[in-house]
Amino acid sequence: MVAIPSKHRSLTLLAGVLIAQLLLLAVQVKRDSRGRLLRVWAISAAYPFERSGAWGFGKVRGVWTHYFALRDAERENETLRVENDALKLTISQLQGRAAEADRLAALLSFKRAHEKVPMVGGRVIAASAGTASRTVEIDRGERDGIRRNMAVITPDGAVGKVIEVYRDTAQVLLLTDKEGGAGAMLVDSRTQGVVGGTGDPMMQMKFVANEDNVSVGEQIVTSGMDKIFPRDIPIGKVEEVKPGNTFKQIRVQPAAKLDRLETVIVLLTQAPVDFNTELRNPQAPGSRAEATAAAEKP
Amino acid sequence: MNEIYELRSGETHIEVHKFYPGAVLLAAVLALVFQATAPVYFPKLSILDLPMLVTIYFGLSRRNPSTGLLLGMVIGLAQDALSGPTVPLGFYGIAKTVIGYLASSIGARLDTEHPAARFALVFSFFVVHQGIMVLIRRLLLAEPETWINLHLLIAAAVNALSGTVLFLALDRLRRSA
Repeated sequence: MVAIPSKHRSLTLLAGVLIAQLLLLAVQVKRDSRGRLLRVWAISAAYPFERSGAWGFGKVRGVWTHYFALRDAERENETLRVENDALKLTISQLQGRAAEADRLAALLSFKRAHEKVPMVGGRVIAASAGTASRTVEIDRGERDGIRRNMAVITPDGAVGKVIEVYRDTAQVLLLTDKEGGAGAMLVDSRTQGVVGGTGDPMMQMKFVANEDNVSVGEQIVTSGMDKIFPRDIPIGKVEEVKPGNTFKQIRVQPAAKLDRLETVIVLLTQAPVDFNTELRNPQAPGSRAEATAAAEKP
Repeated sequence: MNEIYELRSGETHIEVHKFYPGAVLLAAVLALVFQATAPVYFPKLSILDLPMLVTIYFGLSRRNPSTGLLLGMVIGLAQDALSGPTVPLGFYGIAKTVIGYLASSIGARLDTEHPAARFALVFSFFVVHQGIMVLIRRLLLAEPETWINLHLLIAAAVNALSGTVLFLALDRLRRSA
């Protein structure tokens, strides 16, 4: 055995660790595998912490939004502040619950309106642990019938697709990720193309010829050609159009709020879903109460 | 900071800090969970790279390049695993291994206790970290990526400021001699 001088030991270890990881990267690129075993371990270990974290941050945001934001107005009423604080805290908690109930009511109403379409509602419990990708993790997995490549939507529009499924959770690749995308169609001209992510909040529509007419504000929906999303789910609207070499450069504003997702719907089928504007803002009496009751179920 | 120097036989020794059992593991797990969950509710927090800050802190404090690079590797690989299948295992792993090694090597040679020194170090390490990730994307994954932009500098400054405050909190996990 060749003895390594102690001052070079850490350098040798660094070289060894880096080479091992480079080989790991090379194997994944070559075989197009993404180290599922290690990911299953990491996700399973992190799942309880992520659930707790999501709960904690949800509470913190509720208090921040509904309590601290109101503090400036309280200065004029110093004498009533103590009493008001207690009442406002109660109100903030109720508002937080109401907002959550509204979101759940929207999902419930959407689900009811499409009873024949099998779908599962899910809560976003984590996002990508870095800025290199745009994925979210939901609290539904294999046990709920989720499979890879299922479409994920909200009542506002398309969100992305399921790329990895675990027992209790699944990872969703958002349309704004560099590798995300969907078959798309311009509503007015019926021109087809592909909407994909750029890693930024905005998306890009590709493969629309310079000769085609595209106007700013035009709606874009799914074409169904990708065999993932059903037809006519809103993707977004055209924000900017510029001529390119062969194809137009079209920037697209997503229809769904992809930067602040909290609840999503996973479509268990590719059957068409009718997107009705009224369904996106349901105010039907009773729906909130039912949604709240549904949310409180373990 | 005077208290980290011990003068013996005319030589200057830099103190190696020890931590309560489980402190490193707890800090690493909390950083990873924070990184995964906080941006869901506060999207602007995605600018922070808490796992990198934890790697730098323990590298600078423990001043052992071998443990520094191994901690960086473990945290980086865990971040890869929690980032979804579009991020290959080893992407953050390589970057954080290098950062862990550099932080502990520099920690063994310089006074890294002063907040100004910490700000400058975290700023530099963040830029190096991003540089390594761009290098991996361009050379190994053949993906186009810009080297430097205004967002990188803002993110470096935000992380440096956050790191300076976070390090003061993490100093409380040190075991007194």
